[in-house]
Amino acid sequence: MLLTRKAEFSASHVCANPALDEAQNRAIYGQNANPNGHGHNYVLEVTIAGEPDPVTGMVFDLRELKEILNQEVVEPMDHRFLNREVPPFDRVIPTTENLAAEIWRRLVTRIDRPNVRLHNVRLFETHETYVDYGGAA
Amino acid sequence: MKLTRRYRFSASHRLATPALSEDENRRLYGKCNNPFGHGHDYILDVTVEGGLDANGLVVERQALDQLVHSRVLKHIDHRNLNVDVPEMAAVVPTTENLASAIRTSLERDWPLAARLSRVRISETDRNIFELEASRT
Repeated sequence: MLLTRKAEFSASHVCANPALDEAQNRAIYGQNANPNGHGHNYVLEVTIAGEPDPVTGMVFDLRELKEILNQEVVEPMDHRFLNREVPPFDRVIPTTENLAAEIWRRLVTRIDRPNVRLHNVRLFETHETYVDYGGAA
Repeated sequence: MKLTRRYRFSASHRLATPALSEDENRRLYGKCNNPFGHGHDYILDVTVEGGLDANGLVVERQALDQLVHSRVLKHIDHRNLNVDVPEMAAVVPTTENLASAIRTSLERDWPLAARLSRVRISETDRNIFELEASRT
């Protein structure tokens, strides 16, 4: 059975590859390369796979899941400038793809346990763009 | 990793098949068979899948947007699907057939490194159609 919990956070970022010049970055990232940053209301959907516990009837304790999402994602990232305040985005370009993969890495060790595993991280950057990540292939 | 971009287009259509009589068409398609057609604000979600490039991207957004605009949206946005869209001329312009035609248009000489994963169309908030990419 799959269980999904949502969380939201708002953050600013700049997407630019330091190996490239301004014109090249603009061609690749468009307005996302504007040097002083801009923000998004990110929406995160975390999906967990497992069977309901025979005693509790739950795949995962939703209070615990909410707390994990707060500790690993919302508290460190909400109302922050990702490039300056949230490692590893001082070195890693904070594209939606890299952000989804980082969120996966932060969550997987907190969530995976016998018979329960992190199944998918879906991260909406806007209503028009989202990424799905299910771990390294 | 998969990346999905959402696009919108508005189009009109009329559902009717020459294989059935006028009465049978009306019973089968209901209001969608009304003779002068009707329209929807469709939502098209295009999902691509692949590894990350040196810039941390599955796909460059402008490249995907340009592909979807030139191959799909330009031909169907603010058009009559029965009359204006050659790919739909031989079929009933149901959203099932539209999804299939859009997949075909995108897959032909697909130019991007990331592969097409899925096409998903909402005809209305209540009617949604999904088609996985062909396995080649």
